[in-house]
Amino acid sequence: MEFQCDTTSRTPIYKQLIVQVRQGIARGKLLPGDRLPSVRQLSQQLVVNPNTVARAYTELEREGLLHTRQGVGVFVAELQADLNESVRQERLQTALECFLTESVHLGFSADQVLQAVAEQIQNFHFVGAPSDAN
Amino acid sequence: MIMSDAIVTKRLTKHYGRKRVVDSLNLRVPRGSVYGFLGRNGAGKSTTIKMLLGMVHADYGQVELLGEPADQLCWETRSRIAYLAEGHPCYGWMTIGEAVRFTSSFYPNWNSTLVDQILDHFQLSRRQKFRRLSRGQQAQVSLALAVAPDPELLILDDPTLGLDTVVRRDFLESLIQIIQRQGRTILFSSHILGDVERVADRIGILVAGVLRVDCRTDQFRESIRKIVLEFHGELPEQPLCPGLVSCRQVGSQLELVTVGYDDVQREAIEALNPRSIEVLDLNLEDAFIEYTRGPRRPLPLFVMENQDAQKTGSQGAA
Repeated sequence: MEFQCDTTSRTPIYKQLIVQVRQGIARGKLLPGDRLPSVRQLSQQLVVNPNTVARAYTELEREGLLHTRQGVGVFVAELQADLNESVRQERLQTALECFLTESVHLGFSADQVLQAVAEQIQNFHFVGAPSDAN
Repeated sequence: MIMSDAIVTKRLTKHYGRKRVVDSLNLRVPRGSVYGFLGRNGAGKSTTIKMLLGMVHADYGQVELLGEPADQLCWETRSRIAYLAEGHPCYGWMTIGEAVRFTSSFYPNWNSTLVDQILDHFQLSRRQKFRRLSRGQQAQVSLALAVAPDPELLILDDPTLGLDTVVRRDFLESLIQIIQRQGRTILFSSHILGDVERVADRIGILVAGVLRVDCRTDQFRESIRKIVLEFHGELPEQPLCPGLVSCRQVGSQLELVTVGYDDVQREAIEALNPRSIEVLDLNLEDAFIEYTRGPRRPLPLFVMENQDAQKTGSQGAA
């Protein structure tokens, strides 16, 4: 997966990296067990201070998305569903509110939105088990 | 063993005639950090750097490099410090090979492999005279000579001035290589904020000879906020808002820039009854421009290492 950094952006570089890793995982471009470039390699590649890369990696590790194997490297972690069910649902609802509000303001119909969702879902790597309850 | 900071200045002051060019500067550059020394032209950066190295005598104050008073540096400590002056000066009549031999004689720890690597990478022949090189090539050689002693402290005065985009990128890549070797401290002044954002852990901003900012790069960015207020009808006068850096009327909007955005600022702004409030982050270049452009003296921003409390100086916003 290619990483990029944009110094003209309003988002600090380390946050840009975090977003790119999260999106990469969500889209299945980074799969559990995949090895990420080392701090050294990525800082050389992007021409940024290694501390910036380290900061992104540390935060991603804290979020449970990455884990470091000492002396081996940084890897994408197995997706943990360790948040309890109600928190997960709440966050999903918040994300939905945001997305649907925007869609309404853009003037789309419900059907158009559903279609757009159906199309984009193909590009993402969902790992949750299909629900038993409907 | 507690390592002292790489650079410490205490009330460093310099006058040229009646003008105070550097005003009671208290600078602290921790070991192992990359410190971006920023300020507009004429703010006093070069003068400060020359005082750090003893090339200009301070009128008042002290400088310590690697834990030793700068005016009493022993030879051994001096050999652990490297300096790249503004404009990459060198003896034009020397060939690259002669310049390498000349410079290496000052440093017991000379990494000739590193020099060879850099010169080969940029395809520079040791037989070429310095004055026959292009500006970019001169910069490359100067940088090679500055990093070859594997210095603990590297001081660079506007190292990319006048260099083209590609050479600037090459230079940054070399800098990253150095940063990756732990424990090296780099202080550099630059006008290219994008480059500073890439490599600097901490930044200091000189405004008219006074250090007004000294904190981590991200802390500075996060502190400067742009607030866009939309109004019906007539725009109000600028609010009484602590930390206000600038206030501009743009059509039906008021654009404010503040240092810090807390409840106090939020209340002051809401008291104006705007139709909408939008709070925006700025990238480093825009944050720097807003902070240093305005006519008002901006609120100082000092956050030292190992201190989470943010101190604001006694010189508040004008």
